[in-house]
Amino acid sequence: MIFSFDLLINAIVSGILIGGFYAAVTSGVSLSFGILDIVNIAHPAFIILGSYVAYAANSSLGIDPIIAAIVMMPAFYVLGAGVYQVYYASFEKRGQESLRGLAFFFGLLFITEVSLVLYFGVDYRYVDAPYIGPSWHFGILDIPMRILVPFLVSMLLMAALQIFLTRTFIGRAIMAVAQDQLALRLMAVDPIKIKRIAFGISIATASLAGAFLIIIQPVEPSVGREYIGRVFAICVLGGMGSLPGTVIAAMLLGVVESLTSTFYGPSWAPAVSFGFLLLTLAVRPAGLLGR
Amino acid sequence: MRTPIFLLVWLAIGAAVFGVSLAIGNDYIFFAGYVVLQYVVLSTAWNILGGYCGYVNFGSAAFFALGAYSTVAIYKLITENDFYRMPMPVLMLIGGLVSGLVGLGMGYLTLRLRGAFFAIATLALAVVLQTLIVNWDFVGGSRGAYIIRPEQIWPFGNYIRYLFLIMLLLAIGAITVARLIEHSRLGYGFATIRDDELAAEASGVPTLRLKLVATTISGALMGMAGAPFPYYIGYLQPSSTFGLDYAVNSIAMPLIGGTTSWVGPLIGALLLGSLQQIATVTISSAVNLLIVGFLLVTFVIIAPNGIVGLIHTYLQRKPEDFVGRRHVEADVPGQVP
Repeated sequence: MIFSFDLLINAIVSGILIGGFYAAVTSGVSLSFGILDIVNIAHPAFIILGSYVAYAANSSLGIDPIIAAIVMMPAFYVLGAGVYQVYYASFEKRGQESLRGLAFFFGLLFITEVSLVLYFGVDYRYVDAPYIGPSWHFGILDIPMRILVPFLVSMLLMAALQIFLTRTFIGRAIMAVAQDQLALRLMAVDPIKIKRIAFGISIATASLAGAFLIIIQPVEPSVGREYIGRVFAICVLGGMGSLPGTVIAAMLLGVVESLTSTFYGPSWAPAVSFGFLLLTLAVRPAGLLGR
Repeated sequence: MRTPIFLLVWLAIGAAVFGVSLAIGNDYIFFAGYVVLQYVVLSTAWNILGGYCGYVNFGSAAFFALGAYSTVAIYKLITENDFYRMPMPVLMLIGGLVSGLVGLGMGYLTLRLRGAFFAIATLALAVVLQTLIVNWDFVGGSRGAYIIRPEQIWPFGNYIRYLFLIMLLLAIGAITVARLIEHSRLGYGFATIRDDELAAEASGVPTLRLKLVATTISGALMGMAGAPFPYYIGYLQPSSTFGLDYAVNSIAMPLIGGTTSWVGPLIGALLLGSLQQIATVTISSAVNLLIVGFLLVTFVIIAPNGIVGLIHTYLQRKPEDFVGRRHVEADVPGQVP
């Protein structure tokens, strides 16, 4: 029984750590889907793009993937702002965002994924960094550094985002755009500009999340699909647009997934997140910390 | 046109297609044509829920795969032990039944959700089903399952011709059903859901029941399209059967063709399906998915009503301009001296 107790503790701890990483992955969707009501199902594809950018910088120049991702964040921001501009001009302005907007992002997902396949091939890629090999032994605990480092940086990212959203003018304007666009306009703020900034930030987080992903596991272009369900499950479970809710839901999911794969086998793990999602949608669509 | 006549016309067209394919004498036509026809069924089925009701289903691949796996299950259960091969139409009915029931279940579970939530829930459902199949060893699990296809079948010769004919009939059946729905109370009910669900409900349209009917029919048709697939492909594997390309194609084809009538998915599937078959042979299978992606994005931005919409505006533009000009001319003498 001692053995399985060890296993249990380790599964829970690694679940929490992985959950922190899931929170970073989901933060972008919390912004776009949770706050702006833009169903960006292509978000995981942008994350994979981030992984490959980190991979390219790491393999050719030897830069640390996280630093490379931070350097690339402005480029992702611009990409996001551009995507939003197209989305706004072709769907939101015409009031056709539901069906065709979804199809638009679905198409983007496909284009990104297939382009990556054509350029990099379908081999698994990985990065090199000093913290990837070793792990920390702490009594019965066994914490791989490759999960701990993304966890810590993720928590920093989430804290920074939360402070940005609650303490700065633009952050508050982003929260306001979700509630009442007209009122925002009356305060002499351009809601479209605010949404563009928010969407840009949401894609910028994908750069960092992509770097985390490729640090944690080897990446190939279609890995992103597994994350579609996960990010939306976390986003809905945490309560739309609530970052603290996102963190809690992400850790919950991480722990449940980790327990499932430890005790039932990894092939069941994908069903967990989606099962969670279906259950949340059926039972409590507002999520844990819903508005 | 009345439905029986419509059906007869299409059966005649189908007979002509089959005859021409036979006359060409190359069995590759049947292999390629089968896939195109399969997409006609899938996109028509998707459109019943997506186009008529406005509910985006990302889980088409799951329904398709359920049909395919019900065939595998029957094959493992009966054919491998007793050497009795169930006739294909029966297999298709079973596949349709299974997928239709799952569609009904999905409807109960998710149709209280609107818009994006429904779409995401269908995506979730697809992954849950895939995980179940991957972990179900009886139908091959993640290793996949082999189905041995009979070489010949009387009177057609090569078995693929028989499969092609069956898919052709199913495609004709699917568009007939779609057209029937379109011109019935059911179709008008669907349209009210698409245009304004709240208003529809307020005016006494039984929206939940209609949506359940839509998910069931749509799911059943997809399952029927999937049932012969194991016999076509010979080796069935979860990751490709649940592949995203079925999901993206069954969405892209109706949207590119036009979602408001049965013609749209048909045009979209014939065009995009043939294009993909050609691209797969001449370029590569990765590139053909890229083409689908680009076409989908371009069409939803530039031509929101698809090819049918484009033709519609083109046909209507000239008479309208003409009428408009006449109005101006009629008004002018009274105002300008």
